[in-house]
Amino acid sequence: MTTQTFPVEALAGLLLTPPGFTASQALTGLLFLGFVAITLAGAVVATGARMLVRSVAGLALCFLGVAGLYYYLASPFVALMQILIYIGAVCVTIIFAVMLAETAGQEREVKRKPVMTFLGVAGSAAMTAALAWVALGTKWSGAPAAPEAGSLEKVGQSLLTTYSMSFELISVVLLVAIVGSLVLARAGRDK
Amino acid sequence: MTIDSELLRLLLYVVGFIAFIATNAAYLVWLERKEAGHIQCRIGPKEVGPFGLLQPVADGLKLMTKQLIIPKGADSFLFRLGPVLVMTPAVMCFVTIPYSDTIVARNLDVGLLAIFAFASVNVLGLLLGAWGSRNKYAVISAARVVSQNVAYEIPMLIVIVTMVMVTGTMNLHEVVTSQNGGFWHWNIFRFSASPLMPVAFLIYFVCMLAETNRAPFDMAEAESELVAGAFTEYPGMGFGVFFMGEYANIVVGTSMATILFLGGWNCPFGLWPGLHWFLIKMYALIFTVIWIRWTFPRTTFYSLLNLSWKVLIPVAFANLILTSALLKVL
Repeated sequence: MTTQTFPVEALAGLLLTPPGFTASQALTGLLFLGFVAITLAGAVVATGARMLVRSVAGLALCFLGVAGLYYYLASPFVALMQILIYIGAVCVTIIFAVMLAETAGQEREVKRKPVMTFLGVAGSAAMTAALAWVALGTKWSGAPAAPEAGSLEKVGQSLLTTYSMSFELISVVLLVAIVGSLVLARAGRDK
Repeated sequence: MTIDSELLRLLLYVVGFIAFIATNAAYLVWLERKEAGHIQCRIGPKEVGPFGLLQPVADGLKLMTKQLIIPKGADSFLFRLGPVLVMTPAVMCFVTIPYSDTIVARNLDVGLLAIFAFASVNVLGLLLGAWGSRNKYAVISAARVVSQNVAYEIPMLIVIVTMVMVTGTMNLHEVVTSQNGGFWHWNIFRFSASPLMPVAFLIYFVCMLAETNRAPFDMAEAESELVAGAFTEYPGMGFGVFFMGEYANIVVGTSMATILFLGGWNCPFGLWPGLHWFLIKMYALIFTVIWIRWTFPRTTFYSLLNLSWKVLIPVAFANLILTSALLKVL
């Protein structure tokens, strides 16, 4: 895992038509690091910002970085879906909810007990360590060279064959969520 | 082709797009004022240059020399971020649009999805800018923009899914080449796929008007009730960038209508296809967009939402089902 070179093919869909140039490897590496940096910066803003709306803006940035990583992994379809759904729909909905709930100019009063700060840091450190341990301990088989894996046809076929069960279950979950929110909204209106 | 030359080509394209967006927006404002003038039996701008053709230059200078004031109570970061988030995705959209057989910055296999993904970010910019302004008109406008965009994105995407089913690809270049030939090959007249194709075009066009916040759906900037809506607090170029973004989005929307329904760069009679046909069709659609703005009054918010949820979405779904049934049978 450690000495693996950056997959030049991943970039083929992004920048160059025939891959495999010396400069491309450096560029791929830079792009990868850039996407990681964007994701991390977004996450830090999302968790650390005082204003809720700014947190959501950070979350959008984080999603953008993740979309870039998907693109890097040669799945432009998933990357664009990430932008369309998470930035274009989810973030907008969250901001909308925040706007309705929070009055302008209100800042979150963050008063954490020292114990909580310690527990938070310790918990996240443990989580990071565990994930790193699992990642380093796993024997990574090289990803199958499938440049078509992210294509529309493949996604459609796997959604309706291999993953049809999860696909249907997700739609049921969404239906329950919609009905639930309608019920909650109704209950609030009666009072 | 080495990576450097490819990168350079892309960069040149993007610079060209930005230049095009700016000048195009400036002259669309001129066209809008001229057209509005003639529709209202006036003559529109005429003082600066012949036919008022230098008016956009004067307007641009005026906007650029204005002081950028950030209101005291505003969230300065989000306030600055707003116009950027409206403008940048619009530029991104231009990258995958094929203007002719050879003029395209980057022909993605999922180009159609790319355009709608980036176009959906535009709302976020308006929303953050309006919220950052700390202005009640702006916040009301932001609330309207969100419900309007959510409502009209659904029928639009259903129509797009129908078109993807008909053409079988999301590569915009292939979408156009599948309509090669005279106008009877264009998707809008492809009755073998669905007899409702012109209706699909109409739904797309209405949704595009709503998504780009154009009258009669300009709830975001309802100047008679909300001063200038989301843009109320924006001075000088802050407002200018919002405006450029809006016109860029209109160009993207009409370009997509041209590509999906009107055969892209194909000539109606099968002769001399090329960039000029693309531009003729696109600007004809833009002319119609402006024409509609000065012909119809603004709708109310309820009828706006009713139109989408009670008319457009059911019809779009019916078209989707009909098309898929016909595709299966034929």
